[in-house]
Amino acid sequence: MINNQKYKMKTAAPPKLNQNKWYKNKNMIQLLSMCAIPLLLLLIFNYIPMGGLVIAFKDYRFDLGILGSNWVGWKNFEFLIRSNDFTRITRNTLLLNSLFIATGTVGAVVTALMLYEVSVRLCIKIYQTILIIPYFLSWVIVGYMTYALLNPQYGFINVVLKSFGMAGIDWYSEPKYWPAILTLAYLWKNIGINCITYYAGMMGVDRSYYEAAEVDGANRFQAIWHVTLPSIRPLIIIMTILAIGNIFRADFGLFYQLTRDVGKLYSTTDVIDTYIYRTMKIGTDGLSMSAATGLLQSVVGFIMIILTNYVVNRIDSDCALF
Amino acid sequence: MLAKKRWCSNWWIHILFILMCAAILFPFLLILAVSFSNEKDVALYGYQLIPKKIDFSAYQYLFKNPDTILRAYGVTILVTVMGTVLSVVLMSMVAYPLSKRNMVFKQGITFYIFFTMLFSGGLVPTYILNTQYLHLNNTIWIYILPSLINVWHVFLLRTFFKSIPDSIGESALLDGAGEYRIFFTMILPLSKPALATVALLGALTRWNDWFTAMLYISDDKLITLQYLLQRILLNIQLLQGMSSSGNMVPGSILSMADLPSETVRMAMAIIAIGPMLLVFPFFQKYFVKGLTIGSVKG
Repeated sequence: MINNQKYKMKTAAPPKLNQNKWYKNKNMIQLLSMCAIPLLLLLIFNYIPMGGLVIAFKDYRFDLGILGSNWVGWKNFEFLIRSNDFTRITRNTLLLNSLFIATGTVGAVVTALMLYEVSVRLCIKIYQTILIIPYFLSWVIVGYMTYALLNPQYGFINVVLKSFGMAGIDWYSEPKYWPAILTLAYLWKNIGINCITYYAGMMGVDRSYYEAAEVDGANRFQAIWHVTLPSIRPLIIIMTILAIGNIFRADFGLFYQLTRDVGKLYSTTDVIDTYIYRTMKIGTDGLSMSAATGLLQSVVGFIMIILTNYVVNRIDSDCALF
Repeated sequence: MLAKKRWCSNWWIHILFILMCAAILFPFLLILAVSFSNEKDVALYGYQLIPKKIDFSAYQYLFKNPDTILRAYGVTILVTVMGTVLSVVLMSMVAYPLSKRNMVFKQGITFYIFFTMLFSGGLVPTYILNTQYLHLNNTIWIYILPSLINVWHVFLLRTFFKSIPDSIGESALLDGAGEYRIFFTMILPLSKPALATVALLGALTRWNDWFTAMLYISDDKLITLQYLLQRILLNIQLLQGMSSSGNMVPGSILSMADLPSETVRMAMAIIAIGPMLLVFPFFQKYFVKGLTIGSVKG
């Protein structure tokens, strides 16, 4: 009898609520009041700055405020697009981010496949723990490490080069090496955590697929190709969409801390985010320019996310973000 | 038997992993070695992986004048703990109503939250808002208030709350309990794994934050550990007890010439990394979970 009652309660339809009379429902009022503070915070710190983007069309001055400053139309944008900086920062951001996405995804997937082949539990544990360590460090610390390796006077690499009788390289004034250095630093910091994400996805694969593959005479590489890889395909797609959607956003810390904001390296390391920061720091003159750059970045980023999501929706709607 | 066979045939994978782990650990060992080196050896031979002789003077120097470091540690710990606790409570408070099936305005609120992921005002308007209108610069609140709601984490929590059977809350509702009571006494205790994941991810971001301090803080008393570290890399004098205006703080004994600057820098980095590396790896399973669950579609 008691069991029967419980059963009834579980399957009973949720109490139908009259949507027009929600304000008479005490619990609904409570639920709405719960949301109030978080939604207010989003309004203040996310939505109000969106409105503040009008300063991209103004000549912003601190003393006049946002509303009081003069309108200048598209002047800030024209100035930005005509400047040499614009091509440089767009090219650097796109090229470096594409390099990061390509090498990062391949590297993480290959590492995860390798980790999946390891059968000794202790080894898996040790490798995982070491791989995840860089994820816990800030770019400031990675900047210290880069400095310890590349410092022209004492840095480890130059010490090694000199011990072989070669001349040391003045790393912080040679822009041509930096795309490679930044990519290596990016991989160093991110490959571990991404590998573990993919590895976690692979753990969900039913063992019987492998047994079936073995019965069919598949070798290990064929099993990886036909069983393991398809199982993490949605994960790879989602991670890649997110990355492509953010392709116009650079990881500020990577570009600012590792290069130590050295002007000589800008030709290969200056990206949109460092440019926005630097222009803003100039003071009143830079603020509107910087806001215009930020607006352009946000709009293009928005379009990128909608587009990539649309494309993925067409290919495989299970993988799409929304 | 099978395991043994695979172990042997996989030797090349193990070699690759050992090389990879070595590449990851190498920069740490280098920094550690330099921090235990003698300043004169560094000047003569550069940074070495194996110090010519072990020397603790860099650490002795740091512990002689620990005020700056302790203060930065204090600010960082305060901000991390306060920010994370407040943030987890507030994010759950918006995620819980959204996980209810019959919530009113659910779609509208979800879109309101989700849109901030797609579009943002960017750096400059945010900077002007925080400094000119809210006057949060040079206060501890700048570290806490703007970053309380992480939209991604809200969706992660909502997905988790949805997996809790409705019957748990419904039976309490029939007994006359309010939603707040259900939320705090039943839902939150049941959601410890999700809360831990979100809290750890948030704590890590706050602990590693240097950008907020760089942008908004000019008062040396309020800087975080990471920002202190960044400034030391550029300017070692900061550690010597010199304030930004150049006044000597009484109690600093060493003059600039005696300062073992290269080794002290690296020792400082070790002091900042050390505690983190001891704590966070124990929670790695939560970090992995945080990256794999949670989706907007829900």
